[in-house]
Amino acid sequence: MNLAGFFLKHQAEILQATAEHIWLVGVAMALAIAIGVPLGVLVARRPWLSKPILGGANIAETIPSLALFGFLLPVPWLGDRADRLAITALTLYALLPIIRNTSAGILGVDRGVREAARGMGMTGRQILLQVELPLSLSTVLAGVRVATVLTVGIATIAAAVGAGGLGEFIFRGLAMVNDQLILAGAIPAAALALAADFLLSVCERRLRPAR
Amino acid sequence: MKTPAAECPVIEFRKASFRLESGQTLLKSMSFAVPRGEKLVLLGRSGAGKTTALKLINRLLEPTEGEVLVEGRSTMEWDPITLRRHIGYVIQETGLFPHFTVERNIAVVPRLERWPEDRIRARVKELLELVGLEPEKFAKRYPHELSGGQRQRVGVARALAADPQILLMDEPFGALDPLTRGEIHLEFRALEQRLGKTIVIVTHDVSEALLLGTRIGLMEAGELTGMHSPKEFLSCNEPIATAYAAHLWMLKQAEREK
Repeated sequence: MNLAGFFLKHQAEILQATAEHIWLVGVAMALAIAIGVPLGVLVARRPWLSKPILGGANIAETIPSLALFGFLLPVPWLGDRADRLAITALTLYALLPIIRNTSAGILGVDRGVREAARGMGMTGRQILLQVELPLSLSTVLAGVRVATVLTVGIATIAAAVGAGGLGEFIFRGLAMVNDQLILAGAIPAAALALAADFLLSVCERRLRPAR
Repeated sequence: MKTPAAECPVIEFRKASFRLESGQTLLKSMSFAVPRGEKLVLLGRSGAGKTTALKLINRLLEPTEGEVLVEGRSTMEWDPITLRRHIGYVIQETGLFPHFTVERNIAVVPRLERWPEDRIRARVKELLELVGLEPEKFAKRYPHELSGGQRQRVGVARALAADPQILLMDEPFGALDPLTRGEIHLEFRALEQRLGKTIVIVTHDVSEALLLGTRIGLMEAGELTGMHSPKEFLSCNEPIATAYAAHLWMLKQAEREK
């Protein structure tokens, strides 16, 4: 049976796995943004915090993904459900690029612009929300893009702990030495990564401040 | 009752000094008073402490010794946010928000002060006309779509938005080419005479000082070395003033020789 035929035959399963995959990545990214952007702001504001925060995120990044899933398995509540565990691990991986780009974006805002904002009587919060974050949005988004592409790839490993997603096919294919099965997971995963990269790069370009 | 505001100087430095944490002194015991309606120019070379002095007025910096009074109250007693919204601030062209249209840039302070939307719109239109930019043409543009001179006009309009009685200007026209600068100087002089605000301008350009100032404060190495009217300035024998006068004379001479 050729590949196209295989895909057609297992269409429903592949779509189901793709949906699971998108769900895992989507939730993890939402969490990573919710945690990473405030941490990035903190790093930009308090340089002495940059070592512990960026260092911590860096360490999370270097743990081999299969090992990280394994480490989290015995953690209470997290280990109870495979998707919780997978989402936690993916969030940890996504944090570093988001934190780093947020702080870089904020530190990159023109000094004159910030000085003018202070001189006009904006509070620290107003400067952050009305000036610094809008001006660093495209840099933050570049971080989100890198993190998303990374997570789409790593999410295939989530199948190892039973969280589903496109990794199911890959692991099954490996076990059964079936190339078609492996490709049924790998091709949609690659397509997802490319699509996410493309969409986010379009957003990023739109949001880039004109100078 | 306090004395009426007209009697106390709008801005007063009382032996105000500013020292960095490293111990370097940027401003040494500066004392002077600016009465209402005066246009004071602080003139000096780069690094003379002019900008530092200006930032002490709206409390972007705080004096390490002595005090600075605005409307008779020490800047340390003012809430910094209230103080800054009370004072217009113009810096070189970089100060416009690149992600805001001209309209939104001018509306920053009124919006922070929660003016109703229609009052903001009317004010923006009025200000654009005041600084010589057609509202229909310019309101929706972004700063990068403007020329240097136009940006500077927007900067002035933005500082005037909430009708502050005090205006601080840090090298406001420094980034402009000499011809545009000359035009804007003349326009701005007419404008300041009409508005009657109290203005402190920092510059290293002696012709700007003579044209815009009603008084010129000379600064060198963190100290105020003299205060003169533009007329006195050219005839006084203070070394820096003489140097500036010589510079002007040289320019004229070069013109004549051509």
